[in-house]
Amino acid sequence: MLQHYWADFGCVILQPYDMEVGAGTFHPATTLRALGPRPWKAAYVQPSRRPSDGRYGDNPNRLQHYYQFQVALKPSPSDIQQLYLDSLSAIGIDAKNHDVRFVEDDWESPTLGALGLGWEVWCDGMEVSQFTYFQQVGGFDCDPVTGELTYGLERLAMYVQGVDNVYDLNFNGGEGEEKVAYGDVFRQAEQEYSRFNFEHANTDMLLRHFADAEDECKALLEAGDEGERHVMVLPAYDQCIKASHIFNLLDARGVISVTERQAYILRVRDLAKACCGAWLKTAGGGHG
Amino acid sequence: MAELLLELFCEEIPAGLQERAAGDLQRLVGEGLAEAGLAPTDAAAFATPRRLMLGLTGLPERSADVSEERKGPRLGAPDKAIEGFLRAAGLKSLDQAEIVADPKKGDFYLARIERQGRQTSDVIAEVVPEVIRRFPWPKSMRWGSGRLRWVRPMHGILCLLDGEIVAFEVEGIESGNTTLGHRFMAPEPIEITGLQDYLAKLKAAHVVLDPHARRQIIIEHARRAASEADLELVEDDGLLNENAGLVEWPVVLMGAFDEAYLDVPAEVLITSMKAHQKCFSLRDPKTSKLVNRFILVSNLIAEDGGSAIIAGNERVIRARLADARFFWDQDLKSSLESRLPRLNDLIFHAKLGSVHDKSHAVARLAMDLSEVVPGANKSKCEQAALLSKADLVSEMVGEFPDLQGVMGGYYARNDGLDEAVGQAIAQHYAPQGPSDAVPNQATAIVAALGDKLYSLVGFFGIDERPTGSRDPYALRRAALGIIRIVLENDLRIGLAHWFTRTAEVYRDIGEDVVSENWTDAYDVNAELLAFFADRLKVYLRDRGARHDLIDAVFSLGNQDDLLLVVKRVEALGAFLESDDGVNLLAGVKRAQNILRIEEKKDKRAYDGALETKLLKDKEEKALAKAIGESKETLTKALEREDFAGAMAVLAKLRLPVDAFFDHVTVNADDAKLRENRLKLLAQIRSATLSVADFSKIEG
Repeated sequence: MLQHYWADFGCVILQPYDMEVGAGTFHPATTLRALGPRPWKAAYVQPSRRPSDGRYGDNPNRLQHYYQFQVALKPSPSDIQQLYLDSLSAIGIDAKNHDVRFVEDDWESPTLGALGLGWEVWCDGMEVSQFTYFQQVGGFDCDPVTGELTYGLERLAMYVQGVDNVYDLNFNGGEGEEKVAYGDVFRQAEQEYSRFNFEHANTDMLLRHFADAEDECKALLEAGDEGERHVMVLPAYDQCIKASHIFNLLDARGVISVTERQAYILRVRDLAKACCGAWLKTAGGGHG
Repeated sequence: MAELLLELFCEEIPAGLQERAAGDLQRLVGEGLAEAGLAPTDAAAFATPRRLMLGLTGLPERSADVSEERKGPRLGAPDKAIEGFLRAAGLKSLDQAEIVADPKKGDFYLARIERQGRQTSDVIAEVVPEVIRRFPWPKSMRWGSGRLRWVRPMHGILCLLDGEIVAFEVEGIESGNTTLGHRFMAPEPIEITGLQDYLAKLKAAHVVLDPHARRQIIIEHARRAASEADLELVEDDGLLNENAGLVEWPVVLMGAFDEAYLDVPAEVLITSMKAHQKCFSLRDPKTSKLVNRFILVSNLIAEDGGSAIIAGNERVIRARLADARFFWDQDLKSSLESRLPRLNDLIFHAKLGSVHDKSHAVARLAMDLSEVVPGANKSKCEQAALLSKADLVSEMVGEFPDLQGVMGGYYARNDGLDEAVGQAIAQHYAPQGPSDAVPNQATAIVAALGDKLYSLVGFFGIDERPTGSRDPYALRRAALGIIRIVLENDLRIGLAHWFTRTAEVYRDIGEDVVSENWTDAYDVNAELLAFFADRLKVYLRDRGARHDLIDAVFSLGNQDDLLLVVKRVEALGAFLESDDGVNLLAGVKRAQNILRIEEKKDKRAYDGALETKLLKDKEEKALAKAIGESKETLTKALEREDFAGAMAVLAKLRLPVDAFFDHVTVNADDAKLRENRLKLLAQIRSATLSVADFSKIEG
């Protein structure tokens, strides 16, 4: 439904990025496309992994793996709030009976060197979307400004289906014997990944992988740099995404001390900044 | 007289910024108009989540004509001077200037500048765009492809002067005469004809413009809803303000959650519902215990009466509380003591070591402090201080930093520690402000004092003291905390000793931890004492004590026992209320003034013993005798710390001092006589100086 709505609005409908990311924002269709002068309208679903949000399948609302629906509009249209509200009504949230509110939430991604102003959108007290006007990505000013809408799909579905527990969501529309619940599909995964994220992920190996991804990213950025132009940004950015996810895993495993934590964030941010800088030297970034 | 209505309409403004923004709008537009000589008789500014509004009434229709004369150079002055004059006065040539005759200094040029008054609407059309472009938002943003910065995208400007549109444009946004009502309940554009019309139409369009009115509605409706359910609202001003900034039309509703969550500590439930959901908690008025209900504030009169909204909020609250209980259950699995090693990862300050270092050091300090706090048990104090920071690495405090201390108290009980230890851990940050309760149990007092002493001495030691409005380590609050703990518990604590002792404890941590940047301990002591004197002054002044009396006591030097300072100030205040006090003060001041002048003139001090045989007049003999007699009783009273008694002794000096000044000439012709009399005055001074420095007292 959301896909149709935004497709009708003229968005490019993309598929999820095929890597582990913490949020739809990491998809190059948002992070990189937010930079440079070219207009851009895209929408896509992105599975997102947040290792520290694992609750062993016990929490009715918190998951270490969930789905985001992401919309990026550049430049942000002046009626973007109304477009968003109409998209809610398109999926059956009726503003006559539901309390929809825009509650301040300035967004910052220390690992992406990105920040924006906006809100979390509440529906009856539940955060159903993030709404952000990007001001900076990778340390570069966004001009024009991209408006980013991120819908939490499980939460929206809970709303629409009137379900209290995410695991009770009807996942195939079937009834009785035919019904497949979200829990049938994902509970086991939540339990297993919580064990992995918090207890068993091999930290020595992860630390090595982090360093590898970092090195590869830098190497690709250097190899692709032809002065005025850059010819290998996307593969380099993949390595940056990889490093970011490994850092999240290490963080969940609790092996990164407070002081080290800051240093790791800075290392990822340096990669992100370098990738964004390189992106501005490509056609997608508006160069030539 | 004209009336201005200005409304800046934008996307949702963060709740915490609205009130100040309304004030800034009023101030900045007011200043801009004032510069053009326009002042309203009345002004009001309001903010809702979607608009800033300013109403000015009693504005002049136009600003007054201004006529100004500017004196120029003399005739025949150098070209440069003439050019400067023409430029400054806005004249094209000297033909436009007048010549004024001055037979004495020579004729000179004079420019008459006539400035015509301007239409108020023209001034507004100039001022408002400037105010918008330069608005002091703490954080602002760009949107679309535009250049304007505002807190969130701006959509409309309503600007009417007596019902007429004041036309201007700011980065593509044109002023007009329409606005919008409530986002969902009145989405159509509304045409406005003036201030009264605006207020009436907004109300009809479900917008309560005045934040104060929104707060009133919320609190009244919430209290009523609570009492109808035989419950009591857990009131919270911050939460109330925030809610008032999130809605244009507040609708109060009540929801419930599973009773099972009431096993989790009340502070956790209240904080969780407040921090994440901005909901109020409710309690049973009879038992004061939290109940499984909450109040939420929505922004909509729902067609279904709010049942969907309540159900939605209940669902979220349930998830939030499930999360809180997850943290609580996780935390209960580890003892506070087992968490201590992880405090190594928490930096107290780069130059002062880790929180782990601090915990051990404060534990040492607490053992010593236990000896001066009546009823304190040494090992309990040590334990409380050692464990007081362990909750910082718990899940719950990670999620809700405000619950630090409180959670430690719960975890201590869970670990089976002594109740006094748990209480001390829970209260060791207290008091957190002037109205916060002060710990009154021995162990808690020690833990709270130790924590604050350690911070104060440490940060002064590395030269991180508060300056102006900057106090990043909340040292003023820490000092005030110590003052209140000491005074409200009648503790006798010599601060200087404890500053030194704390500095020693820092040294014991080791050179590798405490940086060599540590300032010399004696300097720290002096500065800290002065800092405490200042804080105590503020504290006592707030309680109605005269600041000059406080100065008079501190001026004695070495006043590091807060309780004694206060007793002296109180006794002095009472004494100066009496006749004897007032008159003695006058006499002492007179003595001091004479001494000051004569000592300056003679470049010597008149301290030293009197020559008894030089005492001539009967009044000076009587005074010398009275002073002599007072010395011993005064000393004894002071030794007993009986300041009222000391004042009574001084009161006896009043008559002899008065008589002396009435009948004896101090500056006698006979130099020896004069010297002796000046010494007698010095004795008056020194007698009173054992109680307070009377020269600092006003009146």
